Amino acid sequence: MSESSATPTPAGASVDSGNTGVGGRVPSADTTPEGPISAQPVTGNKTKVRPGDRIFRGLTTGSGVLVVVLIGLIGLFLLVQAIPSIGLDQVNFLTSREWSTNDPANLRFGILDLLLVTVATSVVALVIAMPVSLGIALFLTQYAPPKLARPFAYAVDLLAAVPSIIFGLWGLYVLAPQLAPIASWLNDTLGFIPIFADGNVSSEIGGTIFTAGVVLGIMLLPIITSLTREVFQRTPVAQIEGALALGATRWEVIRTTVLPFGKAGYISASMLGLGRALGETIALTIILLAPSTTFGGSIFDGGATFASKIASASSEFNDPRSVGAYITAGLVLFLLTFLVNFAGRAIVSGKKEYR
Amino acid sequence: MNFKRHGAALGIVAAGALLLAGCGGDPTPPGGSANSASSSSTPVDCGGKNPLSAEGSSAQKGAIDLFAQAYGQKCAGAQVNYNASGSGNGVKQFNGGQVDFGGSDSALSADKGEVSAAAERCKGNPAWNLPMVFGPIAIAYKLDGVSNLVLNGETTAKIFNGSIKKWNDPAIKALNSGANLPDKDIQVVFRSDESGTTDNFQKYLAAASNGAWTQGAGKSFHGGVGNGAEKSNGVASAVQAVDGGITYVEWSYAKNISVAKLDNGSGAVELTSDSVGKAIDNAKVKGEGNDLVLDLDALYASNTPGAYPLILATYEIVCSKGYEPDTAKAVKAFLTVAATDGQARLADKGYAPLPKAFQDKLLTAIQAIA
Repeated sequence: MSESSATPTPAGASVDSGNTGVGGRVPSADTTPEGPISAQPVTGNKTKVRPGDRIFRGLTTGSGVLVVVLIGLIGLFLLVQAIPSIGLDQVNFLTSREWSTNDPANLRFGILDLLLVTVATSVVALVIAMPVSLGIALFLTQYAPPKLARPFAYAVDLLAAVPSIIFGLWGLYVLAPQLAPIASWLNDTLGFIPIFADGNVSSEIGGTIFTAGVVLGIMLLPIITSLTREVFQRTPVAQIEGALALGATRWEVIRTTVLPFGKAGYISASMLGLGRALGETIALTIILLAPSTTFGGSIFDGGATFASKIASASSEFNDPRSVGAYITAGLVLFLLTFLVNFAGRAIVSGKKEYR
Repeated sequence: MNFKRHGAALGIVAAGALLLAGCGGDPTPPGGSANSASSSSTPVDCGGKNPLSAEGSSAQKGAIDLFAQAYGQKCAGAQVNYNASGSGNGVKQFNGGQVDFGGSDSALSADKGEVSAAAERCKGNPAWNLPMVFGPIAIAYKLDGVSNLVLNGETTAKIFNGSIKKWNDPAIKALNSGANLPDKDIQVVFRSDESGTTDNFQKYLAAASNGAWTQGAGKSFHGGVGNGAEKSNGVASAVQAVDGGITYVEWSYAKNISVAKLDNGSGAVELTSDSVGKAIDNAKVKGEGNDLVLDLDALYASNTPGAYPLILATYEIVCSKGYEPDTAKAVKAFLTVAATDGQARLADKGYAPLPKAFQDKLLTAIQAIA
């Protein structure tokens, strides 16, 4: 993802020298000591391009183009498969909450409910994961002694290696019963707020958006934490030392230098996590209960997200028209994820520090 | 990031996994000790096409696996490749001539043109639907203090469409005179994914509920109440998680849950191999000759004493004639083994073994394949 934003930097700094290998590590400000060393390659570079250079350039360009082509083709595939089914849809595809694709001659499907549940689970996940990740990243970069920080960081990264089906089973069988008292307390005390109102599935079974969101939040921790940690580590030492010299406490240092510097990176990391949350499939398929009524806006509702709906129906796909309905849902998810990532990118590119 | 270190750790984990996988695998089954339907007397003419290919219903996958095991033992080295891709695909692939026989939750439908397509595939001969695999559906529930729940078709239908909301409803009380039914909400759990089990359950409700079930059948649940959970495993665990829960699920998933007895007018019937066998024996065949299409609606609505009517029947779809001689030989051999030795351990997997009389009917049909 950093490919596009990183390319201009080395190119701009080393137009003449061409030795990117060294240029990457040296701060761009002090080029003078590099003068004599980089003088040699310049002479050779002007006359001919070495084959190694050409091959490597070809490979990297190829990889870059491949990604774009791949995304384009996936989008095209979704579009081609979805359009015929949208034409057959008997209800409004965007605003209906119905989903019945059993009878290919009478397809009735709308994505509104799926969209709302998808967004609701992801938001619950982010509300949990964002502050915790911020805390972990700050602890690892500012508070923890280096000896502790490294194994700790590994442990957090390892969370990302746990398969999501394990998270799903753990969430349903272990976590859900533990969360039940918390959920019922929230429901009892804050039930007057619509998002904590009574849900449309059994709270005792626990397959609610709340449970799913908590599990999803845990799954997002490593993603948000590792990116945020990297950004916080890049806080200029001069700024931190400056703040300390002015008599700032540890907390004031974080508030005045680390957070302002890393804010955009942190938000971008969260957006990346959100993209992951929107597309998470198998854990949610296992956890979320399907209600018999539509989504009522409470986090104690059940429901199905785009991805979990497609996954649970996939074993019975045997009519192209019904499949098309699910592919349409996939297309909307694709666009939604695209938008989220785009928003994340826009936030980062607004910041000069990361250019 | 230190990729080398991660790599080494991964390598160790992967190697460990491989070792473990090596140790696993199917234990060799003990010799066929059949209970209800044993007959090593039936001669099996091994040979012919190997391996056989088949495709279709996932509901009978477990049974076909057992059959294939028995087939491999009886006819050394003989194999069957069954691809559990769904009933629709099974019929499609069979009619297209891609597989030697199909597996389906429902018999070939004349309305959809399946019967004529199958006849074409069999070179002008009719295809037969042979109901080889029966899976009872259990009405599983969890209710503290109640262990002998009795329901009938009408009450079940009302529970699953929301007309009855409390466990101490008079309709349930009337069926369970001695039981201490609590004033609790009934938490209906249904399959959220599309499933043949849901389809059969709803067909049963439609046939056996005296008109209380008006929602129709289909692979997705139409009751309009309750919580949907994913797959059989999901509904079984969901119902165990909540006091007052009730669901319908394949028998094998209900082993650790209380299962309701069904009273279809002639006394409460427990779900056992025997009671299911009785129901199968009483099933009426509405197909002609050896085409053993069952009249499930009649079965569901029947009130034969001691028979448990809520069963899911799955068919093997075969050509009556028109196979290559090689293929015909292997299909006959496999189905014969399936109907005899293959029955031995079916009950462990949640299927009902064939009762003797019905087994004979099937064997007659199998022998007639040419």
